[in-house]
Amino acid sequence: MGTESIIETTGLTKAYGPHRAVNGLDVRVNAGEIFGFLGPNGAGKTTTLLMLLGLTRSSGGTARVCGLDPSRHARAIKQRVGYLPENVGFYGDMTAVESLQYVAALNGMGKQETHERIHEVLQLVGLEQSSRKKTGAFSRGMKQRLGVAEVLIKAPEVLFLDEPTLGLDPEGAIQLIDLIQSLNQERQITVLLSSHHLHQVQKISHRVGIMIDGNLVAEGTIESLAEERFGLGEKEYTLEEIYMKYFQEV
Amino acid sequence: MQGLYAVFTKELQDHFSSFRFAILFALIAMVSFITSYMAAIHLSENLENLSSTRFPFLTLFSTPGAVFSMVQFVAFFGPLIGLVLGFDAINRERAQGTLIKVVSQPIYRDAVINGKFLAGVATISIMLTSIVLVITGFGLAIVGVVPGVGEIGRLIIYLVISIFYVSFWLGLSILFSILLKSVATSALTSVALWIFLSFFVTLGAEAVANSVAPVDPNKNVPPEMVIQNAKIKKMVSLCSPMVLYNDATATIIDPMRNTTRSLVLMGPMEELLSSRFQNPLALTQSILVVLPYITVLIAITLVCFTVSYLVFMLQEIRT
Ligand SMILES: Nc1ncnc2c1ncn2[C@@H]1O[C@H](COP(=O)(O)OP(=O)(O)O)[C@@H](O)[C@H]1O
Ligand SMILES: [Mg+2]
Repeated sequence: MGTESIIETTGLTKAYGPHRAVNGLDVRVNAGEIFGFLGPNGAGKTTTLLMLLGLTRSSGGTARVCGLDPSRHARAIKQRVGYLPENVGFYGDMTAVESLQYVAALNGMGKQETHERIHEVLQLVGLEQSSRKKTGAFSRGMKQRLGVAEVLIKAPEVLFLDEPTLGLDPEGAIQLIDLIQSLNQERQITVLLSSHHLHQVQKISHRVGIMIDGNLVAEGTIESLAEERFGLGEKEYTLEEIYMKYFQEV
Repeated sequence: MQGLYAVFTKELQDHFSSFRFAILFALIAMVSFITSYMAAIHLSENLENLSSTRFPFLTLFSTPGAVFSMVQFVAFFGPLIGLVLGFDAINRERAQGTLIKVVSQPIYRDAVINGKFLAGVATISIMLTSIVLVITGFGLAIVGVVPGVGEIGRLIIYLVISIFYVSFWLGLSILFSILLKSVATSALTSVALWIFLSFFVTLGAEAVANSVAPVDPNKNVPPEMVIQNAKIKKMVSLCSPMVLYNDATATIIDPMRNTTRSLVLMGPMEELLSSRFQNPLALTQSILVVLPYITVLIAITLVCFTVSYLVFMLQEIRT
C-alpha cells in the first residue's frame, strides 16, 4: 500500500445557512486503501463526497482529490473518480446495456471500447443474464450492481461509494462488499466507502473515519481507535463498540 | 462537447420514441391536414378569382378553411409542443435520481441543459418542417398550385419564426422543470401560464384599454380617445407571445398585408393607400415591417433559455 494520498482535505466546511453540514473536516485517504466513512444519517457524509467531486461548492477549507482542486478541476477529477450516489437512479425504459452505453458516451468512450467494457463490467457484477432487460424491472440488488457497473465502465482509479449496501438483503450486501474488496485488491482501486453498516465496513476497511454532526471525531485503523478509546487490552473490540463509545461521548 | 453530444443524442431518441410525442405529432398532423384541406377546397372553389390571388400557395397556410388557418393553429397550439417536450426535462431526472449520475460523469454541467434544449429545438424543427412539407405536397396534389421562389422564401422565414416561437415555450417549460421539484406542478404551471399569456392577456388588453380610454359606440367619443384606446390595447396585448408571433408572421405569410397596425391607427393617407393599392410587399419590405416583432420574439426565447441556464448552473444537485 502506497503512502501517497488520494484525498486530502483541510478545514473543509459546508454551511447551509447557520447550520454546518460539514465542519472543518481534516481527512486523508491513501492510495490503494479502502477507507470506511462512518456516521449516522445527516452526519454530512454525502455532502463531503459531493464537495470532493466539485458538485457542491464548499464554504471554506481546501480539498485535493488526485492532487486536483475540486472547485477548479471538477471535470478532471470526475474522469478519474467513479461516484455511486446513494439511491442511484436509472432510466426505466432503457435496458442495462443501453444505460451503460449512455454512461460510456458521457465519458467520451468510442464504440469499440464501449462494447468491450460493457461486456467486462456486466460479467464483473454478474448481470450478463439481465443485460437486455429494462432497468425498470430490476430489483433493488440488481440496480445496485448495475450502478457499480456504470461506475466501473470508465475504469476509475478511485471509487466513491455512498451507502452502497443500503436496502440490500444480507446476502446481496455481502456479495457487494466482496466485490468491492476484490476490486481493491485486484485492480488497486482506492475506495471511499460511506456506510452505517458497521460489520461490513469493518470487514473490508483498512482505515475508518467516524463523522458525527459534521465533525470527524475519529480517524485511523480500527485497532488504533480501539486502543485510543479503551486502552490496550486482551479483548478485540468490534467497530460497533468503538462507534457506540464515540457516539455516547458526543 | 462530448457530454453535449451524448445528452443531445439521448434526448432526441427519447423524444422520438416517446408516446407523448407520437400523440402530439398525430394530433398536429391531423389538424394541419384538415385545415389545409379546407383551405385547398376553398381555393379551388374560388379558382375563378385566382387572378386576384397572387400568392395562391401561401393562402394554403393563411386561409381560414372551416375554423382557423394553419398559421392560427400553430399560434394557438404550437406552444403545447414546446411545453410537452420540456415540462419534466430536469425535475423528472431529479426525482428518479439520474441527474446526479449524469453530472458526476466527466462533463460540464451545462452540457445537460444545452443538450436538452437543443434536442427539443431539433424535435420542434423536424416536426414543424415536416408539417409544412406535408401541406405543400397536399397543395400540389389537390389544387395543383406550385410555390414560387418568393413564396418558398417566405415559408422558410415563417418556419424559422415559428421554431423560435415554439422554442420560447420549450425554454419556459424547462425553466419550470428546474424551479419546481414536482413534475405535476411544473406541468400545471406551464399550462396555466400558456392559457394566461395566450388567451387572457388579449381579453385583459381590451379591459385595460376600455377602462383607461373608454370608447362607447353609442356616444360621440373624440377620435383621440379611440386612438388611445387602440394603442393601449395593442401595447398590453403585445405581452402575449401569441400576439407577438401573429404580428411577426403577419406580413411574411400574407404579402398583401403591409402593416401590422389596425385601421384605427392609420392616418387617412395610409388608409387610402392600403385600400387603393392592393399590391403585395416585396419580401425584404415584408421583413422590415415585422422585424421588431421577430427581434423581440427571438430575444424572449434567448432570455428564457439564459435564465434556465443560470438557475441550473447555480442550483445544488444532490439527487
Ligand atoms: N440543501 C440543503 N439545505 C439545507 N441543509 C441541507 C441541505 N442538504 C443537506 N442538508 C443538511 O446537511 C446535513 C448533512 O447531510 P448529508 O450529507 O446528506 O448526511 P449523510 O449523507 O451523512 O446522511 C443534514 O443535516 C442535512 O439536513
Ligand atoms: Mg447520505
